[in-house]
Amino acid sequence: MKKLLLLFIVFAIAISGCTKGAERKMIQNKGSDTIVNLAQAWAEEYRKVAPSVAIAVSGGGTGTGIASLVNGTVDIANASREIEESEREAAHKNTGKYPVEHIIAFDALAVYVHKDNPIASISREQLSCIYGEKGTCVKWSDLNIEVPGCSGQEIVRISRQNNSGTYAFFREWVLGKEGDFKLGSRDLSGSKDVVDLVEHTPCAIGYSGMGYKTEKVKTACVEPGDGKPCVEPTMATAISREYPISRALYMYTLGEAQGEVAKYLEWTKTEAAQKIIEASGYARVPKN
Amino acid sequence: MTSPEIRPRRSGARSETMQHIERWKEFVIGSVIRICGFSAVVFVFGIFFFVFKEGAGLLFGGLDFVQFFTSPEWYPDSPSNIRYGILAIMAGSFAVVVMAMIVAVPLGLGAAIYISEFSSGMIKEFLKVIIELFAAVPSVVWGFIGLVIMNPMIINVFNAPVGLNALNGAILLALMSLPIIVSISEDALKAVPDGYREAAEAMGATRLQISIKVLLPAAKNGLLAAVLLGVGRAIGETMAVLMATGHAVNIPTSPLDSVRTMTATIAAELGETAQGSDHYKVLFVIGTLLFLITFIINLTADLVVKGIRKR
Repeated sequence: MKKLLLLFIVFAIAISGCTKGAERKMIQNKGSDTIVNLAQAWAEEYRKVAPSVAIAVSGGGTGTGIASLVNGTVDIANASREIEESEREAAHKNTGKYPVEHIIAFDALAVYVHKDNPIASISREQLSCIYGEKGTCVKWSDLNIEVPGCSGQEIVRISRQNNSGTYAFFREWVLGKEGDFKLGSRDLSGSKDVVDLVEHTPCAIGYSGMGYKTEKVKTACVEPGDGKPCVEPTMATAISREYPISRALYMYTLGEAQGEVAKYLEWTKTEAAQKIIEASGYARVPKN
Repeated sequence: MTSPEIRPRRSGARSETMQHIERWKEFVIGSVIRICGFSAVVFVFGIFFFVFKEGAGLLFGGLDFVQFFTSPEWYPDSPSNIRYGILAIMAGSFAVVVMAMIVAVPLGLGAAIYISEFSSGMIKEFLKVIIELFAAVPSVVWGFIGLVIMNPMIINVFNAPVGLNALNGAILLALMSLPIIVSISEDALKAVPDGYREAAEAMGATRLQISIKVLLPAAKNGLLAAVLLGVGRAIGETMAVLMATGHAVNIPTSPLDSVRTMTATIAAELGETAQGSDHYKVLFVIGTLLFLITFIINLTADLVVKGIRKR
């Protein structure tokens, strides 16, 4: 639905661009669903700064964005993970240019549970026991927790579709580079869908960007390991990198950004743009 | 296409030309219609060919068939151990379709019998229009109903841990295949000659007895075809089941388990896999398999309907 709507917007912008004259510059921006709201907010704000430039933003997942960059059909690919070596090589082979990385913000992946869930903190071992292929935790009682309203105390695992950057990042953090998730999780295809389902399902546990936190769900306090006290996913702990499940969010361009694209990326570092990062629920990149 | 029925209405050279033009017209229109008819064949085989071609590289080069059909482990993007087992996904499709038919067949046949035999006038027309309206609801709307309305309902009614499960998907699929089952069954019942009804009535049978003991056996081929087409509709449905079944790779042991179907797997994963990768190809292999399944079901339905005509 969202994709269709975005496609429609892109068309509408493209058509209006045609009628106003050819000098209007289009920037194609596509990729991670985690970043799509931020990128959209930026695109709207940037229109006020540079009315002659239209930025068409669409989601679809990090994989989609990078695949489009490799094919040379977008100017900027949004990614919630680092580009892989094979993708860099594919882009070079296809277009003759290597992708260039721009870190735009930091995101903390929150572990979401139903608001009635009494869980105080959660460790990597517990998450691995719940989500890992070899994990044995299937009931909340395995974690010594009793969730009110949860039938059979069964843990309802909620995950993402397997090409999502969030999926890959969470898997790597919880299970290491070689690990696999246990089958049987509900694999949803949107960051917000995960939070929505957790809100309505007392037995559920899920993961999604902390930007999707609402009043109606609870985020677990995550233990960084080594016996250190658990850390809440907040803006402050994401900026300080104390919160363990945090990651950088990227924009990739083919080769060094040129012309309007370079101007846009430069603008994203201004105070006005950085405020939008925080409004979207992410943490800004600390200035060196 | 010249037709022997066209005879000159007037004599003279002018009507000869007219006749000539008529013949040409007939020929052109006939050819266009014939091309339209054959184009369907071309499209179907073309689609099959392209779907098959995309998957062929893996099908003949390295796909472990034993694992593919017997393993429930679907790990197309595992960092350490990639496994393409679709047993759980096939079981998911199968479970949802069977459950949908358990709901839809009695409901659909009942509705068809009522519309064809027991109702008349305004009520009959009204019911037919309403049931046809079912077919006009887009599948994404059904999916939305599953997500927003059925999910909390199933949690409350069945005390289930989660409402996105096989039951949810099956109810939606039942409602979606209902219009097909009802309208084709009703046609089949209507096709039973009135002589059967009159003869049974003359023997003193009640209307219910006529429906169950005379009409159902007489129309059984048409009814079977209706059910098979309903199955075909249900097995190919994507969007609603993607949203409502929970999309979990899991061999279901109860109707309240979340499942994942073949169509939903393709829909969720195809858009974002790298073109030409093994993962991409294996999705096309699943597509080919799905195509074969629906083809066989539709062919069977067709042969069954042909069986009626021979009688």
